Amino acid sequence: MDQIPILMVGDCLLVSIQVDMHDQLALALQDSLMTKIVETGARGVMLDISSLQFVDSFIGRLLNNIASMARVLDAATVVVGMQPAVAITLVELGLTLSGIRTALNVDKGLALIRRIIDGEEQAFDRREG
Amino acid sequence: MIVEKDETIPVRTSEDVVRVRREVRERAVALGFGLVDQTKLVTAASEIARNTLDYGGGGELRIECLRDGNRRGLRLSFSDRGPGIPDIERAMTDGYTTGGGLGLGLSGAKRLSSDFAIRSSPGQGTVVILARWK
Repeated sequence: MDQIPILMVGDCLLVSIQVDMHDQLALALQDSLMTKIVETGARGVMLDISSLQFVDSFIGRLLNNIASMARVLDAATVVVGMQPAVAITLVELGLTLSGIRTALNVDKGLALIRRIIDGEEQAFDRREG
Repeated sequence: MIVEKDETIPVRTSEDVVRVRREVRERAVALGFGLVDQTKLVTAASEIARNTLDYGGGGELRIECLRDGNRRGLRLSFSDRGPGIPDIERAMTDGYTTGGGLGLGLSGAKRLSSDFAIRSSPGQGTVVILARWK
């Protein structure tokens, strides 16, 4: 499999990582996600990693980078579904993923993205009076 | 200590790194490691395999299933014939990297392992040996 599918749900892009990605595939996903954000004007990106059995420093950096890049392109990123064993390992490895918003599942993730987008719009309205 | 199973697989492409993760997971499952231990081993293996590929120019992984009395363990030895690491102490420091990464590979893999050893000298390549016992 050479491509991870990116689905559009409302104004959010949904990516479910179901395979063990080699590094180039992971970088290709990052690139195609950014292209897709610009093409569609998506306001949110949800990365479902519930099938991912590990997050090493490369994948951790990828998740961080996706969140930062999407932010610059006016989209909020939420990572959902991390397995407990992955979370335990990640922190012991030394990664905190402090730049990433997370939610336990897809439903909560979509709700969080909605809150982030609405919150930003309200903050903008307040500033603009 | 008895080596019950011994296998060597190549680490030459990023697809090989995926295979390393798969093989390590399979061995860990076969030895009866729990999910957290499996994940720690696979993650540590992934870090070192990527180093072997990216910094060492490729190499190989020897996977050994160990028995020491009632204890079972998995030992992973990654070796390459790359440029070697001039300052191992520095390379083991969190956040230190000569590549574009986060500098957590070696130090993080050590934290995820029960035993960890690294041998390297400039021009002689690098050997990283890690083990986890259950």
